[in-house]
Amino acid sequence: MTADGFVVLENVAKRWNGQLGVEGVSLAVPRGAFVALLGPSGCGKSTTLRLLSGLEVPDEGRISIDGRDVTAAPPSARNLSMVFQSYALFPHLSVAENVVFGLKVRGIGRAERREKLHRALEITGLAGLEDRKPGELSGGQRQRVALARAIVAGQPLCLMDEPLSNLDAKLRHSVRKDIKKLQRDLGITVVYVTHDQTEAMSMADMVVLMKAGHIQQAGTPEELYYRPANTFVAEFVGSPPMALIDAAVLPGFEGAARIGIRAENVAVAGPGDGRLACRVSECEFLGSETFVGLSHEGATGLTVSMPGLRNIPAGERIEITFSDEHLHFFDGAGRRIEAIGVERPGGSAG
Amino acid sequence: MSAQAALERRRQAIYGWLLLSPAAVLLTTFAFYPSIATLWSSLFSRGTRRKPPEFVGLENYRDLMADPTFWLVVKNNLIYAAVTIPVSITIALAMALWANSKIPARGLVRTAYFTPTVLPMIAAANLWLFFYTPGLGVLDQIGALFGLPSVNWLGQPETALWAVIIVTVWKEAGFFMIFYLAALQTIPEDLREAADIEGASRWTYTRRIVLPLLMPTTLFIVVNALINSVKLIDHLFILTKGGPSDASKLILYYIWEMAFAFFDAPHAAAMTILVLGVLAVVAGIKFSYLDKRTHYQ
Repeated sequence: MTADGFVVLENVAKRWNGQLGVEGVSLAVPRGAFVALLGPSGCGKSTTLRLLSGLEVPDEGRISIDGRDVTAAPPSARNLSMVFQSYALFPHLSVAENVVFGLKVRGIGRAERREKLHRALEITGLAGLEDRKPGELSGGQRQRVALARAIVAGQPLCLMDEPLSNLDAKLRHSVRKDIKKLQRDLGITVVYVTHDQTEAMSMADMVVLMKAGHIQQAGTPEELYYRPANTFVAEFVGSPPMALIDAAVLPGFEGAARIGIRAENVAVAGPGDGRLACRVSECEFLGSETFVGLSHEGATGLTVSMPGLRNIPAGERIEITFSDEHLHFFDGAGRRIEAIGVERPGGSAG
Repeated sequence: MSAQAALERRRQAIYGWLLLSPAAVLLTTFAFYPSIATLWSSLFSRGTRRKPPEFVGLENYRDLMADPTFWLVVKNNLIYAAVTIPVSITIALAMALWANSKIPARGLVRTAYFTPTVLPMIAAANLWLFFYTPGLGVLDQIGALFGLPSVNWLGQPETALWAVIIVTVWKEAGFFMIFYLAALQTIPEDLREAADIEGASRWTYTRRIVLPLLMPTTLFIVVNALINSVKLIDHLFILTKGGPSDASKLILYYIWEMAFAFFDAPHAAAMTILVLGVLAVVAGIKFSYLDKRTHYQ
């Protein structure tokens, strides 16, 4: 990541009546990237997006887009488009009028408008619906009108604020692919806000995970998954998220406070062979596999993935094992520790 | 169809009629029957002790057409409506747009604008009587500061109607503002943001987005204002009593005068029917033509 990205935020802060919005947000987005701002509600991801869009002005810091300082520039001067969570379609205007609204405002001629409209509707698969009002469209179609409006002007940067949250699960999956393809085909830079980590991980080239107004980690999906910067990232990313075990429970890892392990790296061991003895708390059947939730007084979120359908009664004792190479270590403050002086406990029972 | 389903359908129908009946009874007693009775009595002559009323057909209407006062009153009412409706709506919209934006003391502004509506028309008229009074009145007092001569706003035919119109606009604008405010609050904030991103100016946003979305409200207000321009005459009793020389007389006031001052019920009835007819035509246009061109959410 270089400091001279296409979209650059430097130490941006926004507070409301002394209350924290975002604080110390620095980020560089390369041209043509798909960046997901991810986090739980209230983490500041939407605020960050609104600061980028110019709908809010930061209290501190600098924002530049395409090398131009736009910190105080109005939204229209930033050469960007936006897809709103509610789509924000104009209910009294037809699909065509909604899409070309911005072109009309910018005084683009009728012929060019028509051509661009035609192209945008073609791309989003809305051809034939030009004269419908938003009220006469399904949720998925409305979403596509919002997309068409965002791409029609050909702006190099598109901001999306949870554009899929109003769609049902099945549609969400297909639209996810459509958006990703659209972004690649048009070569635009997308900043995409979501609280759904599957969405972020599957679409983005770069995921920015936020919490309480601060960036926790920014990196590729693999980086967040395989090298979480802290326990928050570890527990947020992945489905199921990473389990955290108190270091005191596992002998031999004195340098760390918490130890993380992912479900796919946990295996069930025979009685007496496991490193940790737990009780089954629940079984979640997903078709090809079953996630068996485990409880242990020194651990949170322990899960083991077992193939096929398993129905283990809750409360049953089960022993698990894992190899050291799959462990993640965190210090007392929750930060990742890269190298830890480990004396190999040699597979002894925990 | 099974007996059970038929019974259920009948039950639903009875239920529906039961729900309808209170409104139907009230409307029939106090609206439909009086209208029919008025139409009926407008076709009879005025009875005296010696001569009982007799059927005269359209005679009463013919009399009205020949009555210069009637035409003057119609003209007055047309001016009254043509000025009060657009002016009060424009002011109401402007006030609503302002009171809906992020301004300090927004609650105070809204309350202040709404105050004239809370006042009874009679009280408001007395208030304005004090403003308009020659010599003592506020207007004359202010005028005197600038050395302007005293004007008897209510006492001269050229200004009386206009003085009455101003009171009505003052009274109605705040009321209509409330409807606009309510409608403005149903317009989601992100529409403005979407327009902002597209680079629409405030004026473009207002013209292309806000005004069309306010159309149903505007239509509702126009119909209300139109009805009010015919029925809201309380202030005439205080301010001018229709004078001087009928310069500020409106139709309903003339009807009242005809019926209860001159005791000429048949002519009053005929005039009432004409008013009802005009209002019915307006309502017809509203429901058939304008409704189709308006976007309802």
